[in-house]
Amino acid sequence: MAIPISYNVRNLKLRKGLTIMTALGIALTVTTAIFLMALLAGLKRAFVSSGNAQNVLVLRKGSEAELSGGFDAALFPTLKVLPGIAKDSHGDPMVSGEWVVVIVLPRKDGTGEVNVTVRGMMPDGLELRPSAKLIEGRWFQTGQREVVVSKSIRGRFSHANIGDTMEFGKGSWKVVGVFDAGGSAYESEIWCDVNQMAADFDRQGGYSSAYLRATDPIAADALKNRVSDDQRLKLEGILETDYYAKQTSSGAPIKYIGIVVAIIMAIGSSFAAMNTMYAAVAYRGREIATLRVLGFSRPAILTSFVLESLLLALLGAAAGILLMLPFNGMQTGTSNAVTFSEVVFSLRITPQVAGYAVAFALIMGLLGGFAPAWHAARQNILTALRG
Amino acid sequence: MTFSSFVVRNTFRNKRRSLLTMLSIGFSLLLLTLMIAIWHTFYIDAGAPDSARRVITRDRVSLAFLLPGYYREKIRSLPGVLAVAPMTWFGGRYKDDRPENFFAQIATDPDEYLKVASDKIVPPEQAAAWQHDRAGALVDVTLADKYGWKIGDKITLLGTIFPANPELTIRGIYHRDPPQNALYFNAKYLEESVDWFKGRAGWYSTQVASAEDVARVSSEIDDIFRNSPQRTKTESEKAFQLDFVATLGNVKAFIIGICGAVVFAILLVSANTMAMSVRSRTREVALLKTLGFTRQRVLSLFVFEAVALAVSGGLLGILGAAGLIQWLTHSSIAVGVPINMKVTLPTMSLSLLVAATVGFLSGYVPAYGASRINIVEGLRHIG
Repeated sequence: MAIPISYNVRNLKLRKGLTIMTALGIALTVTTAIFLMALLAGLKRAFVSSGNAQNVLVLRKGSEAELSGGFDAALFPTLKVLPGIAKDSHGDPMVSGEWVVVIVLPRKDGTGEVNVTVRGMMPDGLELRPSAKLIEGRWFQTGQREVVVSKSIRGRFSHANIGDTMEFGKGSWKVVGVFDAGGSAYESEIWCDVNQMAADFDRQGGYSSAYLRATDPIAADALKNRVSDDQRLKLEGILETDYYAKQTSSGAPIKYIGIVVAIIMAIGSSFAAMNTMYAAVAYRGREIATLRVLGFSRPAILTSFVLESLLLALLGAAAGILLMLPFNGMQTGTSNAVTFSEVVFSLRITPQVAGYAVAFALIMGLLGGFAPAWHAARQNILTALRG
Repeated sequence: MTFSSFVVRNTFRNKRRSLLTMLSIGFSLLLLTLMIAIWHTFYIDAGAPDSARRVITRDRVSLAFLLPGYYREKIRSLPGVLAVAPMTWFGGRYKDDRPENFFAQIATDPDEYLKVASDKIVPPEQAAAWQHDRAGALVDVTLADKYGWKIGDKITLLGTIFPANPELTIRGIYHRDPPQNALYFNAKYLEESVDWFKGRAGWYSTQVASAEDVARVSSEIDDIFRNSPQRTKTESEKAFQLDFVATLGNVKAFIIGICGAVVFAILLVSANTMAMSVRSRTREVALLKTLGFTRQRVLSLFVFEAVALAVSGGLLGILGAAGLIQWLTHSSIAVGVPINMKVTLPTMSLSLLVAATVGFLSGYVPAYGASRINIVEGLRHIG
């Protein structure tokens, strides 16, 4: 017969101080793990949500990123007439030749300078990216020195409000709108007219990349191959979704550091939990022996103490998650390994992150609880009753 | 029996509890030491004296933009400048694109580069051989050891940024303390196959006469190009490296956050142990008092016990951290670990100080409680 779990709950309550301190120790480890997992979850979302399955990105053959690309504008008309391209609101093929550069902007809080991506695009570029919604002002106009900035750029840099002017390239640019890119990688960009920008950066007569909108995701795949296979073009087509999925590797340093930190802290916490459980067993020597006399089996005692340790860990996990919840949605940035510019993302405590955190705490509880529970179950009844 | 031996005996009376506490504190302090070591490497360590005399000039916006070749002569004309070498990040692949096969590949001017990088020790005949072979490469000894390269071996790099796959011959192997995973080759060789790279460079590395010249030369270089089409950003080599660290995000806040969590965690663990220890010795304390031990004496007995425990845990942690860092900086698995990271004496002292402080704080509250035990009550206590 199993020992009722209320026995363990009451025991934890009885020694409140010890329980709270051990649970808090576990909670601290859990918060660290949650923080790192939430960072990675946010980063992953930024990249995964960026790509549109119908968009095909065209780069110079052999180049791996928009920044290292660049091809002759004369190729653009050929791209435009490829079959499988959707029509825009004017009935023309929905394509956008674009230039991407990286500029330096000082952070609002004065903690240094950050690289930010500026993307010059054709009017269709906006139509190609329906996930980006204008939330204030208006879009930039063709032929004007105007920019629209993402919501997070406005928040992180000075001179990024509507009506302000930003200095980059050969002069000043007027901020006319703010867009919300829904947490995607576009959330870290400034958009403007491609020709204006090319003139400022002496890049006329070419594009760093082109975006083609296919009629549907299957057509996108065919379109991608058509671009890559065309010998005249010497260009490469990539699905936008694939392009961004590859950039998730920017999170690799955070991931490795995070794993090392979490494991070291978890080992420390497991030892602490073990200490507490050994003490619990030591205090209750007689009690355990009595339970045995009453007919509870060794496995029942073992299970009961392991359960108590797991309860302790769960308490820690709950405290850890509660401690971290206020940080959900907090924005931060890291460098995109592909574009050299900063990518902004939010900490995301998803149910999956919380689930992992609980599992992580339970492992600590199990590691810490098993040896003491084993010790409890193996005690000699007579000696324990006398002690 | 002296007071100190009494403390030590008591500390290790319950062997299992002491051991578990020490291990728990040890692992936490390992992490703390690691974080302090990283902080030290990034923000305090000024680097080698030779590095302190080098300034790096790059495009103000991004390293991704190459600088014109004529910038080099303009930089050279400034007073206090000893040598200027053009540097370009080739960023190619060797063998495959697995991260463990990644290392720095830099195109430069062999004739002047060795003057700028005076901290790299190359046998003179190897240096000459490298300077004479346009397709020659100079590699770090750790890198050469990793791949088993010898002088005369041929290797091929696959370009990703540059549309070129240079075939190089190892002509020189250099020693440098600390080592760095890097390969240098002739920029002229790259220019042959990449048209648009002709007469350009990713950044310029400049050797100045003395460390005092760094700030002046840096601002003078940026002044020259203030009205040029490409403005520059010049800074010390150390600051240049820190720019890369900064791109990871708010590293300082990150490290402080982890340190805070760790310190708080060891405080809890240590306090927990001391509370358990005091509780099980209530009768004993009463007995000590009947023997004439004063309150102060009892208080310091427990406080010292806590400190001894925390410090032994701390020592374990510091040893662990030193071992881990030694392993990380010398293994090929950990890519991107700052190779000059080490646990210095100040780092160790700081960690130990934290351990001792935590021990003191965690011991004080239970010890104060113990010192105030009423003798009669204490003797009656059943624990």
